[in-house]
Amino acid sequence: MRRIGVFVCWCGYNIAGTVDVKAVVEEISQYPGVVHAEDYKYMCSDPGQALIKQAIAEKQLDGVVVAACSPNMHETTFRLAAQAAGLNPYRLEICNIREQDSWVHSQYKQEATEKAIELVRSVVEKTRRDESLKPIAVSVTKKALVIGAGISGMQTALEVADAGYQVVLVERLPHIGGRMAQLSETFPTLDCASCILTPKTAEVGRHERIQLMTHSEVVKVSGYVGNFNVKIKVHPTYVHWDRCTGCMECMNKCPKKVDSEFDRGMGKTKAIGVAFPQAVPYRPAISREHCIYLNSGKCGVCKKVCPVDAINFEDEERVIEEQVGAIVVATGYDLLPKEHFGEYGYGRIPDVIDGLQFERLNSSSGPTQGEIRRPSDGRVPKEVVFIQCVGSRDQEKGMPYCSKICCMYSAKHAMLYKHKVHDGQAYLFYMDIRAAGKGYEEFIQRGVEQDGLLYLRGRVSRVFQEGDKVMVWGTDTLSCENVRIAADLVVLATAIVPRHDARELAQVLRLGTDAYGFFQEAHPKLRPVESLTRGIYLTGCAQAPKDIPDSVAQAGSAASKVLTLFSGEELQHPPTVVEVDPDICVGCGICVEACPYGARAVDEHTRVATVFEVLCQGCGGCAAACPSGATKHRNLTKPQLLSMIDAML
Amino acid sequence: MQLTADKVRSEFVFRVEEISGEKIHGCYQCGKCSAGCPMAEVMEYLPHRVLRLLQLGQESVALSSRTIWLCAACHTCASRCPRSVDLSRIMEALRTVLLREGKDFVNPTRLPPELLEAMPQQALVGGLRKYS
Amino acid sequence: MRYSYFPGCTLHTQAKNFGASALASARELGIELVELPDWQCCGAVYPLASDNHMALVSPYRTLSSAHSRGEDLVTMCSGCYNVLKRTNVRVAKDPDVQGKLSAFVETDYRGDARVLHLLEVLKTDLGFEALKERVTRPLTGLSVAPYYGCLLLRPPEDMQFDDAESPSIFEDFIRALGATPVDYPYRTECCGAYVSISEDERSGEPARAILRSAGRYGAHCIVTSCPLCQYNLDVKGQMPVLYFTQLLALALGCTEVLQDFSLHHVDPRPVLAGFANGV
Repeated sequence: MRRIGVFVCWCGYNIAGTVDVKAVVEEISQYPGVVHAEDYKYMCSDPGQALIKQAIAEKQLDGVVVAACSPNMHETTFRLAAQAAGLNPYRLEICNIREQDSWVHSQYKQEATEKAIELVRSVVEKTRRDESLKPIAVSVTKKALVIGAGISGMQTALEVADAGYQVVLVERLPHIGGRMAQLSETFPTLDCASCILTPKTAEVGRHERIQLMTHSEVVKVSGYVGNFNVKIKVHPTYVHWDRCTGCMECMNKCPKKVDSEFDRGMGKTKAIGVAFPQAVPYRPAISREHCIYLNSGKCGVCKKVCPVDAINFEDEERVIEEQVGAIVVATGYDLLPKEHFGEYGYGRIPDVIDGLQFERLNSSSGPTQGEIRRPSDGRVPKEVVFIQCVGSRDQEKGMPYCSKICCMYSAKHAMLYKHKVHDGQAYLFYMDIRAAGKGYEEFIQRGVEQDGLLYLRGRVSRVFQEGDKVMVWGTDTLSCENVRIAADLVVLATAIVPRHDARELAQVLRLGTDAYGFFQEAHPKLRPVESLTRGIYLTGCAQAPKDIPDSVAQAGSAASKVLTLFSGEELQHPPTVVEVDPDICVGCGICVEACPYGARAVDEHTRVATVFEVLCQGCGGCAAACPSGATKHRNLTKPQLLSMIDAML
Repeated sequence: MQLTADKVRSEFVFRVEEISGEKIHGCYQCGKCSAGCPMAEVMEYLPHRVLRLLQLGQESVALSSRTIWLCAACHTCASRCPRSVDLSRIMEALRTVLLREGKDFVNPTRLPPELLEAMPQQALVGGLRKYS
Repeated sequence: MRYSYFPGCTLHTQAKNFGASALASARELGIELVELPDWQCCGAVYPLASDNHMALVSPYRTLSSAHSRGEDLVTMCSGCYNVLKRTNVRVAKDPDVQGKLSAFVETDYRGDARVLHLLEVLKTDLGFEALKERVTRPLTGLSVAPYYGCLLLRPPEDMQFDDAESPSIFEDFIRALGATPVDYPYRTECCGAYVSISEDERSGEPARAILRSAGRYGAHCIVTSCPLCQYNLDVKGQMPVLYFTQLLALALGCTEVLQDFSLHHVDPRPVLAGFANGV
């Protein structure tokens, strides 16, 4: 016979406004095994917890039931209190009479009280059969993997590395810096993106604890928090980087000109080389797709001119393995292709460009060396139309969400244009100006007042070529007039979307994504940088569209999560997982099928099912599926469940 | 304009939604419909404004607007609307409300004979279906 | 190639030249168009009110009739094509409407017929390459502004005729005849449709803008497949506006049907004379 104490919380009026807590106490104190019952206004408060501790000591309780809110809220709080009083924490159970009772039955007070009594009885039955358990200890590999080396991934990598831990930083592109490396200036300060980015890329490049892997992709992840095993595919560069000095003679002499992806197709690069002069690592790579030698066996000019014989046409793809304790996903964003928008010219009109193309036009290292010249004929445009919300807030042709940064970068573009073309006019079609950030609204107003930006409230219906002009048909809903502009250049602020292969990476990592493919955070408000898998964190636009300050802040937050994980020698995993009775198990393997976490397997030799306790999330799926009853859920056993049901019926 | 709960959620607004099958409050007034409307130049209220009047429950202003009769049902608005609102159907619903009350826009018996002579049947049948 | 053919009311009256040139061309190309014996007017405009299905009865009957003959239904008037195709989509997608129409007309037609525009027959069933080979009098040098208007293209999800913002079927057709398509921005803008019967003096503005645009880009003439568009544009007296089948007949040498241009406000003969024989 156990000695059980029951503590019923009022939760102010949240519970007591509906449930007669006094009646619950009176009724339950009659129940077999209950030696103590009381109520209190706020059980989670210090005095409330003191009541529990006192009763445990004075009445030698060996089981406690707290009838209060959801265990998500305060299970840990109360278990720590029980532990402090000398009771095994797993012998304290929460009975949820708020979310599952008072909040949903506020119109039926008497019935809600009866339901509370039944729920408490049921949990008393469970508690009566609870065993003392000890958390499972897990070792931690104190090395982190960061996927994506944009501003967010670099920031996380630097913070973790600076704290003294090893970081593997994987980047698919040949260079680091991500989207920010493509930007010319940044809002709202208009400081040069390169000037604030290159110190970071250089630091990442030379950091002794950051193992930088460009041209690389994560292809397989197994294991669990503290002990992930990662396979990384390294694409061939066809250059011995250990020999290469970065003289770029190969790039100068390469005869094959190709459209520069970095310049969004507006400039040219070579089949061997780097994307831009400040690229880190400053080492050339050959494009498999474009290299004449690799495709036809002829040419080989780069090999001939290389003074250190670094060209290696035999280079091959490699897969390497790494053990890490934590993973941070920082894969960034793509822009919704402007080819989605027939009414804006389907990408057929050369002088209709997207926001990143404008960044390249305005960049001193871009295809026009920073002069604003339109792609079709190189003329300086005198009338420029910026169209916001292209594919954002558009459930029909794009995405229903707001891309968050376009209002600000369109204003920035228009201002930068005006700073270079003083006699030009910038028009901005907008829906609402969303400038909620430090110094953002002031920035917009400066653009309007000092640079003469003309904001037009409405969308554009059609854009078409008319002679050498780009005709824009829009509306200004404030004057209720249609607006026609014969523009020289049109810049579309196309929607921010997840990287095209984000869903594939999510599968590799076994992470959830939202409806659009952004990685899903564990809680939108309280756990915004954690994924639903312990030990995997999210930062930057991989999680949702955001600007540089927010990306950097989230990166720091992800780094602090990693550091917290690395702060002890061991991690603790809840012991309330399943176990197997080897005498009963027949090794049928049904549990393996039932487990969504990969925590179950069948031992080949003994033919008995096993449990990887640290992977087990205690969902109970396998225990329910087990036909022989060999799989048992600790502290949620079959006798416990049946007694709980009995108590309610 | 005086707004009241009765006006904003009037029987009339519900009827327009029922006839058109469209959600009037789905529109967020971006004006893309107006921007591409081929008849906008000859309308006194732009199409998005008619929809706004409906959102505000302004029955009489919306119904007295010539805009609803100048809409050619060309579907340019609907094919580009980011909110999936088919304004062509809402315009039709407004015309339908009036036509069902017997308020024809065009009286077939008063059409000039030379027009009847010259016009293709398709225009006469279509036009009279829309206008009477 | 045998099809049920739905002429629609205008092709027997104000657009006789459209019907005659189409039938003559089809005969020349071995395309058999068999006029549906019991066709009725489609109603000219697709009904947009969702609470009354009466106006769908007539097109439903036509579709059902073609389907029972086991033939695809061909039409060439954009208006008929729009009404028939949309009705067909509605019947296939909306069991409620299908049930009502089926009970009313007393046939159980479920939207399985194929509704084709004659241009689609030329493009897919015959092929523009094959058409090109059949052309005996190529219209070399003739600059033709294709005018799509609305009814062929919109609403795109129902019509599925061509890319609604950037169509190309007319251009490919014009090239097959040896003429040169004019790329001008107003080719998909609405001409004002039935608003012209409202007698609003400004209802002609959209048509005038289309004509100005075609003229600016050097068009000798406009082609269309809609009698209403043809009227709205032609009546402004700016440039010849032809049915696509008239150019087709010309290029195939079916000149006998092209002697009568009395239905045109702007006589196309002076423009065509320079490029084609037999006009």
